[in-house]
Amino acid sequence: MENKAITILQLYPKDMNIYGDNGNLLVITKRLEWYGYTPVVIEYNVGDKLPKKVDIVIGGGGQDSGQVIIHADLLKIGPQLQQWANAGVPMLMVCGLYQLFGHFFKTLAGNQLDGIGVLDIETYGTNERLIGNIVTHSDEFGDIIGYENHSGQTHLGSKVKPLATVIKGAGNNAADGNEGARYKNVIGTYLHGSVLPKNPALADFLIRTAVAKKHGEFSDDLVDDLFADMAREIARNRPR
Amino acid sequence: MYDIMDDMPQPFVIILGKAVRYAARLRGGGSALPGLFVEKISPDFIPSILNQLPKGVVVISGTNGKTTTTKMVVALLEAQGLKVFTNRTGSNFVRGVAAALLGEIDIKGNLDADIAVLELDEAHAVKFVEIVPPRYSLLLNVMRDQLDRFGEIDATARMLEKIAIATTETVVINREDERVLKIADGLSSDVRYFGLNDALLSHFPSDDDLHGKASKKGVRPNADVTLKDFNEKGAAFSIAGKDFVTPLKLRGVYNIFNSAAALALTRAIVPEASINSLLGALSIVTPAFGRGEVLTVGNQPLELVLVKNPSGFRLGLQSYDPKGYATMIAINDNYADGRDMSWLWDVDFTSLEKEPVYISGVRAYDMALRMQYDDVPVEKVETELAVALREFIALHPETPKRIYCTYTAMLALRKELSKITRVEVVA
Repeated sequence: MENKAITILQLYPKDMNIYGDNGNLLVITKRLEWYGYTPVVIEYNVGDKLPKKVDIVIGGGGQDSGQVIIHADLLKIGPQLQQWANAGVPMLMVCGLYQLFGHFFKTLAGNQLDGIGVLDIETYGTNERLIGNIVTHSDEFGDIIGYENHSGQTHLGSKVKPLATVIKGAGNNAADGNEGARYKNVIGTYLHGSVLPKNPALADFLIRTAVAKKHGEFSDDLVDDLFADMAREIARNRPR
Repeated sequence: MYDIMDDMPQPFVIILGKAVRYAARLRGGGSALPGLFVEKISPDFIPSILNQLPKGVVVISGTNGKTTTTKMVVALLEAQGLKVFTNRTGSNFVRGVAAALLGEIDIKGNLDADIAVLELDEAHAVKFVEIVPPRYSLLLNVMRDQLDRFGEIDATARMLEKIAIATTETVVINREDERVLKIADGLSSDVRYFGLNDALLSHFPSDDDLHGKASKKGVRPNADVTLKDFNEKGAAFSIAGKDFVTPLKLRGVYNIFNSAAALALTRAIVPEASINSLLGALSIVTPAFGRGEVLTVGNQPLELVLVKNPSGFRLGLQSYDPKGYATMIAINDNYADGRDMSWLWDVDFTSLEKEPVYISGVRAYDMALRMQYDDVPVEKVETELAVALREFIALHPETPKRIYCTYTAMLALRKELSKITRVEVVA
């Protein structure tokens, strides 16, 4: 089984875990098993040592206080994450870590929290909480459905593409009508839900990319996504 | 229009409010409507009544366990001979308090009570203490709950801190919740603690402990009441440094921990109460509305367990052994339940893996999807609660049943159950 292993690095599960983003890890590990691979999960918290090689990197949302706790450590490992991103390692960053994967987060009071700049995005704190069910569309992944809850508003630079176009909800900010950001195989998004369970196309993109990179080919056996399909249909029509 | 009404003499406000309360009950409507009416036409109604109470006002707040803890505190105080006013319906908003007051006062605005014990949602408690500073407060815990309503967990902790600061005499604090414990640092009022002994700490993982490495608990302040041990029959406490054992009708680790909170609070209010009389009163308290409530359907027990956030759901699953029970889970996402389904992914359901689980509620398929990823077999998915309940009962005629349900799912299920069995009417 050794040659079928896929290593998933989970960033800061201790401090950045608040909105069920742990579900994303569960979906990746379970689907890898269902496809016949062996997931190896490495939890990375402040002060830990990074592994030499990783196949998938994921990170979640946190409290403002969580962002402050991990901030210095994240800046320290930023160059390694940038190198992996440039090399095409698939990553999923949700909410708080999505913001810190950008250039900076500037609070209303004018304090600036620098990010690691993997994503060409800037985020500004606001008084407005963008909150509720959200439905977006991506040509690559189909409709992406989840729940957003953020007061930081993110603006994209020219080096990233939006992940999706908003159909219902707010997305990156209250004005542009786009959601998330994409650089190579790095995906940033505001969607919780958790995002991957109800969007298996996104989960399979991360898995397929990682497996193809490491093992050369990926055979996706049939996974029964009936519950996901039904949950998507209902979520799509719930009030904001 | 409000200006004119502000000048209304209070008896008119009370009579109008009582009329709205009566009309709302005839209509079968929510318990907060008459309170809303009074709140709008006479904003000083609540303080003017509550400030008369000789032993003042007690506020109980926190994410989990407010209703059952309030029920315990009321029972303990009544056993000490106090007349207690409380907002029994679990309508724990300011206007719910106004509505409850309307039911209890006479038309001159006199409340026949010594003390008010009020369960308040964190955000509403903050508004409430601005108009009525409590003499005592009890801060139970801060956990992930309805973040879609309050923002973030740290913001919720700050709300509890405001309640503590507004408290004039004694604040009773859960020393095992790091966010709550931190509040004690800045307080000038008297602070007392309730807690767990070290061996029990692992039963109560905080949201922070769930991911990554559990933080080491440092030196904790001495607690007036410590839960030392428990089983299906009762619990052992250390109170003021002495050991006591008592039988309990309450079930579930969480309720039992909160009974330590209720004891500590009551001891702060009535220091002269004998510990044996307090434990005697505690031993006969039954679970509150939908909090491990047991009904009988077709000669078999049916338990309703309210779940509204990940920590509560985890503790529910830990408290009740699924063996020998048919299990159903009903998840709604109405405003009162919280619209965000993310919380289901912070609960570990693997303890249910042995028997198929019946899934219902508006978000039944989100729950079924959650089950799929924990390898828990799904018996059936039926979004319509009434249909699901009938089928679930029909599928398991000879088996005790347990239903984990969100708030509005519980209300709907109780309504259906009242057609086939006796369900206590909660005014």
